[in-house]
Amino acid sequence: MAGEVKTKLSKNLLRMKFMQRGLDSQTKKQLEEEEKKIISEEHWYLDVPDLKEKESCIIEERSFLRCEDLVYGRMSFKGFNPEIEKLMIQMNSKCKEEEIEVDDKMEADVSDEEMARRYETLVGTIGKKFLRKRDQRVLEDDDEDDDVDEDRNSNIIPSKKAKKMFLKPQD
Amino acid sequence: MAAERGLAAEACVGQVVLPGDLLLLPASYGEDTEGERLRLSTGAAPAGRLLCGPGLRRSGAGLLVTKCGLLRHRPAGGGAFWVDSQQKRYVPVKGDHVIGIVTAKAGDVFKLDVGGSEPASLSYLAFEGATKRNRPNVQVGDLIYGQFLVANKDMEPEMVCIDSSGKSSGMGIIGQDGFLFKVSLGLIRKLLAPKSEIIQELSQLYPFELVLGMNGRIWVKAKTVQQTLIIVNILEACEYMTAEQRRQALPKFSGN
Repeated sequence: MAGEVKTKLSKNLLRMKFMQRGLDSQTKKQLEEEEKKIISEEHWYLDVPDLKEKESCIIEERSFLRCEDLVYGRMSFKGFNPEIEKLMIQMNSKCKEEEIEVDDKMEADVSDEEMARRYETLVGTIGKKFLRKRDQRVLEDDDEDDDVDEDRNSNIIPSKKAKKMFLKPQD
Repeated sequence: MAAERGLAAEACVGQVVLPGDLLLLPASYGEDTEGERLRLSTGAAPAGRLLCGPGLRRSGAGLLVTKCGLLRHRPAGGGAFWVDSQQKRYVPVKGDHVIGIVTAKAGDVFKLDVGGSEPASLSYLAFEGATKRNRPNVQVGDLIYGQFLVANKDMEPEMVCIDSSGKSSGMGIIGQDGFLFKVSLGLIRKLLAPKSEIIQELSQLYPFELVLGMNGRIWVKAKTVQQTLIIVNILEACEYMTAEQRRQALPKFSGN
């Protein structure tokens, strides 16, 4: 009985994600396209030719501040409020500076040559600080390879490479 | 549609214009081909950008006048046209510095009366150095000098007492004493002009402090009550006095 009639699954059910895992990519694409067609057919649109948007060069402005050159509203005269007098000078000179845009390159305190010299030596020394211990030893190797210190008795002083182990105090 | 032909904008500068007048702009503004050429040219500020100030509206290729007054023009910075009109009622505009009176404290927000149709709101965090624990000491009835952050006809105006970099730059609670009074908006703009004669003449009299709000409110403080009242009377009278009358009146006061 159950085996005879195959229950037909609805379209919506077939569109659900868990039903589509087994499908090939092709059938998936087909289903997607069908869906898109249905959606785009349902969308309403205007059957009117596109109007070209004109870019206008006129800006509308409701504030007087940008049309006229108005000074700052807080004022103080004859030293009544020194902070406000300082502020007046600051704000009013700010307004004037906005018009004059000076592209001055900041004068360097240190000349370029000196900078290059410093940089040469600086990079090396500071760079060493951040090397790991192994790399530091390698560096020392390179440095001290040539100079093998000799003692008065022409005994080679044991190099610092030897691991520092605990030395038992001699009686 | 009005059959009246528009007049050239530049011809009307300094003359009285009425609402409904159409001002035509010179051909360099607003045309498509010109616009493209301007776009292609290098330079950060497009030279063709025209500022259409208060009292004017953009309509097609020209400007439509919406307020009666004198037409003004500023050729610098791309050009600007606006209508210089007289009114007493203030309409909040973004970026304007105004004096507000605290009318209510509602939780984290103060309600300020700025002379517009709605009270403006000011958050307690909008002061310099204010944190949740460190609240500004603002009481009902205090005067506050701030600027509008949001001001349009659809929303309640919002004010702040700091600028975009977080500094107060003179805004905040206005101190004790002093006298607050109201004048027309045109006089405020006259006083705030770069080299205002009235301010220069007044500054010769005696030391005093002055705060001008774009909403028509002025706050004055001088050493004695008498001096304060003299300055108030001069400023109120300046509206209707000519320059000559003012110069005659001032020496009388400098004796006091």
